[in-house]
Amino acid sequence: MIKYLLEKEFKQIVRNPFMPRLILFMPVMTLLIMPWAANQEIKNIKLSVVDNDHSSYSERLIQKVIASGYFILEDLSNSNDEALKSIESGKADLILDISPEFEKNLISTGTAEVMISANAVNGTKGGLGSGYLSAIMSDFADDITTERGLNAGTGVTPGIQIVPHNKYNLYLDYKVFMVPALVVMLLTMLTGFLPALNIVGEKEAGTIEQMNVTPVSKFTFILGKLIPYWIIGFVVLSIAFILAALVYGLYPVGNLLTIYFYASIYILVVSGLGLVISNYSDTMQQAMFVMFFFMLILILLSGLFTPVSSMPDWAQWVSRVNPLSYFIQVMRAIYLKGSGIRELLPQLFSLLGFALVFNLWAVWSYRKSS
Amino acid sequence: MKQFLAFVKKEFYHIFRDTRTMLILLGMPIVQIILFGFAITTEVKNTRIAVYDLSNDVVTQQIIQRLQANTYFTVVESVGSPERMDELMKAGKVSMVVVFDADFESNMLHTGEAAIQLIVDATDPNQATTITNYATSIITQSIQEMTTGYSASFTILPQTRMLYNPQMEGAYNFVPGVMGLILMLICAMMTSIAIVREKEKGSMEILLASPIKPIFIIIAKAVPYFTLSMVNLVTILLLSFFVLKVPIAGSLFLIITGSLLFILVALLLGLLISNLVQTQVAAMLISGMALMMPTMLLSGMMFPIESMPAVLQWFSSIIPARWYIEMIRKLMIQGVSGIYVVKEFTVLIVMILVLLTISLKTFKTRLSSN
Amino acid sequence: MSEIVISAKELTKKFGNFTAVDHITFEVSKGEIFGFLGANGAGKTTAMRMLCGLSYPTSGSGTVAGFNISKDQEKIKQNIGYMSQKFSLYEDLKVWENMRLFGGIYGMKEQDIKTKTDQILEHLGFMDEKNTLVRDLPLGWKQRLAFSVSIFHTPKIVFLDEPTGGVDPITRRQFWEMIYEAVHSGITVFVTTHYMDEAEYCDRVSIMVDGKIEALDSPKKLKEQTNSQTMDEVFQKFARKATRNAD
Repeated sequence: MIKYLLEKEFKQIVRNPFMPRLILFMPVMTLLIMPWAANQEIKNIKLSVVDNDHSSYSERLIQKVIASGYFILEDLSNSNDEALKSIESGKADLILDISPEFEKNLISTGTAEVMISANAVNGTKGGLGSGYLSAIMSDFADDITTERGLNAGTGVTPGIQIVPHNKYNLYLDYKVFMVPALVVMLLTMLTGFLPALNIVGEKEAGTIEQMNVTPVSKFTFILGKLIPYWIIGFVVLSIAFILAALVYGLYPVGNLLTIYFYASIYILVVSGLGLVISNYSDTMQQAMFVMFFFMLILILLSGLFTPVSSMPDWAQWVSRVNPLSYFIQVMRAIYLKGSGIRELLPQLFSLLGFALVFNLWAVWSYRKSS
Repeated sequence: MKQFLAFVKKEFYHIFRDTRTMLILLGMPIVQIILFGFAITTEVKNTRIAVYDLSNDVVTQQIIQRLQANTYFTVVESVGSPERMDELMKAGKVSMVVVFDADFESNMLHTGEAAIQLIVDATDPNQATTITNYATSIITQSIQEMTTGYSASFTILPQTRMLYNPQMEGAYNFVPGVMGLILMLICAMMTSIAIVREKEKGSMEILLASPIKPIFIIIAKAVPYFTLSMVNLVTILLLSFFVLKVPIAGSLFLIITGSLLFILVALLLGLLISNLVQTQVAAMLISGMALMMPTMLLSGMMFPIESMPAVLQWFSSIIPARWYIEMIRKLMIQGVSGIYVVKEFTVLIVMILVLLTISLKTFKTRLSSN
Repeated sequence: MSEIVISAKELTKKFGNFTAVDHITFEVSKGEIFGFLGANGAGKTTAMRMLCGLSYPTSGSGTVAGFNISKDQEKIKQNIGYMSQKFSLYEDLKVWENMRLFGGIYGMKEQDIKTKTDQILEHLGFMDEKNTLVRDLPLGWKQRLAFSVSIFHTPKIVFLDEPTGGVDPITRRQFWEMIYEAVHSGITVFVTTHYMDEAEYCDRVSIMVDGKIEALDSPKKLKEQTNSQTMDEVFQKFARKATRNAD
C-alpha cells in the first residue's frame, strides 16, 4: 500500500514547477552566499588614534597596530573629544588614546598608559576590538623588554611563554564555523517546512478527505509523507557536502557515513515536527507562521550563532529540549573535530527520543475522523 | 469617508478572526526581545576548561586556582594524558585545555622559557579568540604578581572604556535589529499576502467595481497592518526600556519619526509585491526570499556589514532595514543628535519616493489593463 | 424486504450550540438509490460524513455495511466509496495515476488495477485522456472520473456528496447513467443533491430541513402526498419551514 502512496508523493514533487528547483537552488544559494554574509569575524575595525605624545615609541606603537591587519586607521585626531565625534557619526569604532609622556614614562618607570575606548553597541565588536588592541600593547611591551633587557644585561628575567593553539580551526576562519551549521539550517528549513506545507496543502485542496475515507492507516499515511522528505534531505545534504568541499575546501574530518547516520534521524525529527504543526493548521499561511515562529526560537537558542554555555540557565534548559542544538553539536564535532559515534552517544539518544516523540505525536494528532 | 471606515473595519475583522496568526504577530516581538535580551549573548562566561599539568608545582597550582576563581572559566577536569584531552574536546565537553610544561616553575625562574599551551577549540573563532585573550591576561596577571620581586619587564597598561554599553549587553545591539525585522515582517509580508488573498479569491474585482476609489481600498488594507506595527513598535520600545533596561538615549520624537518612515517604506514594498504576483504562495516566497532573508542577513542586524565582501556590502545599501537599524542604533543607544542621522533619514525618504512612483505606475497600468 | 446496508437511529451532530444534524432516523436497502435532499446548510454533508466514518456522531447510532459508525470506522472504510463536493482527485496526477493510487490503497492487485483502468477508460471513452493531468480536464469529465475512482474497488456502498455541482443538465444526465450502471452491478448509492431533477431519479428521497428529516418516501408518493406535479414543488412546500440561513 505504501508503495502507491510514495509513488504519488514523488510524482507530485517532480511535477511541481517549484519544488525541484527549490531543492536544488536553496542549498546552492545558501552555501554560496551565506558564509560570506553570516560572518561575525571582526576585521577592518576603524580606528581613530589620538597621539598625545608624538614620540618615536608612540609612532612605533601606531605602526604596529596598523601592521596587525585588524585595524584601519580612520583618522588621527587632536583630542579625545574630536575622536568621539568620529565614533558618533559612525566613522570610527575604536579610539586609541596615547597619553602624553608615553615614551618617557615607559622608559623611566617601566609602565605607560594608553586609553582604549570602544563603541560597544555591538558588544562582540567592542570586546574583540579592544582585546586585539590590548594584545598588541603587551606584544609591544615585550618588544621593548627584549630590546632594553638585552642592553641592561641583568641576568635572566623570570618569564613564561603562552602559546595558544587553535585546534580544529587553525586559521580562525569563520566560514569553517558557519558552513556545518548552515547545512543544519538548510536541512531544518527544507525538511521541516515542506512536510508542514504538504499536509495543509492537501487539506486546502480537499484531497485529504478522499484519503481519510479510505482504509489507509494513519501510520502508513504519515510514513508516506515522511519518506520522501527523508530522501530529499539526503539529496540536500549531499549537495551541501559537495559545495563545501569545492567552494570552501572543507572536508569532514570525521566519517561522512556517521554524518548521514545522524542526519537520517534528525530529518525524521524535523519532518515529524512539521507534520505535527500541519495537523493543527487549517491554512498554509497559518502553518507558515507557526513554523516560522518555532524555527526562530529553536535556531536562536541552538548555539548556531552564539555559544550555549553563555546563556542563562533557563535558556540552557530550553536548548536541552531543542533538537537543533544536538544536531549542530554533532555536525560540528564530526565535520571539524572528527568525533565518532562513541563521543556523541548522548546526542544520538536525544535525537532518537525526539524522533520518536514527534512522529508518534504526528500519527496521534492526524485525525481521520473529527 | 463612511464607506472607507466600513472598509477599514472589515479589514480589522479579517485579521482578528485568525486568532493564531494574530497571537503570533503580537507575540513574536515579545519572544524575540526576551530571547535576544536574555539568552543570546556572545559574551564568554562559565566556559568549561580542563588542565593538563605536567609539572604540578606551586606556580601551576596557583595559576589553576586563578583560572578557577574567575567567572569566565570553570575547570572541570585535570586530565592525565593527551588521549583524555582529545576525548574531552571531541565530545565538546571542554572548550580549552591549559597545558603546563614539565618543570614549569624552575624553567620560569631560571631560563624564562616556561611554556603554557592553550589548546583552544577554535570551531567558533570569536569565542576562541575571546577565551584565549581572557586566559592570557589571567595567567599573565598571576605570574606578574608572583614575580613582583624580579620584575624588570616593561608594561603598557591599557585602560579600556566600553562606550554606550559598558556591560556589553547583547540586547543593545539586537533591539534595533528586532525592530527592523518585525516591522518589515508585518508591514511588507502581511500586507502583500492580505492583498493577494483578495485577488486570489476574486473579491478584489468586486471591490474595484464598487464606487469607492481603488486607492482607498488599498489604504484601507494597509491601515490595520499599520496599526499592528505601531502596537509592536510601542511594545518593543517599552519592553526594551523597562525589561531589558536598554536606554533610550536620544530623542524619542526622532525615533518615532524614523520608524514611521521605515513603516511607510515597508508598506510600499508590500504593496509593490502584491501588484506583481498573483498567488499567496508566491507573495509569501517573494517577501520571504527578497525581504526577510536580506533583512536578517545583510542589514547588519546580526552580522557586521564591514566584514562582508564588497559585493554584499554594496548590495546591503539598498536594503531599507540597514539604514533604519543604523539610525535606531545611533538615536536610541548612542543618543547622538539629529545631525548625525541626516544621511539615514534622507536615504529612507528617497526610498519612499522611488517606491511610491513605481507602485503608482504599476497600480495604474494594472487597473487600466483590467 | 432486502438486506439493510445503512441504518441510522436518532443520529445527531452538534458543533458547540449548533445542532447540524438533529436526531435523524432512516434505513437504506441494498441496491437502492437513496437521495438526500436539502438546501445548503441543511446538514446533508454532515450526516453523510458521519456515515462515512469521517465524523463522530454526538449521539445516536448507526451501521453501514453492518459496522457500527462510532466504533468500526476503519472497517466501514474498507467497504465504501466516497466522492465529495470537491471531487478530490489529485489535480497534479494523470488520470491513470489517480486510478492506480486509489486501487493500490484499497489493496487491489497490480495486474487487476491495470486491466480495470483500461476497461473503465475504454467504457467512458476517455482512453485518449489516460495520460492527461486531471487539472486539464473539463469539469464534467472530472466528475465522471471521480465517480469511477470512487467505485474502482467495487465497494458495497458509494456515497456521493453533491456530485454534479456546476454542470449543465446534459452532463448531469450522463453522470446519472453511470450511477444506474453501478446500481446494476449491485452497489448501493447514497447521494445528496439540491437539484430537484436529480431527485426524480432516486428510488427514495429524504428531505432535510434544519438538520431534521421532514419527509422520506419515493418521489412518486411524495408528490401524491403533497399534491405536487414536480419534486421541486414538493421541496418548496417542505423547505418553506426552514429558519436556518444558507451559508
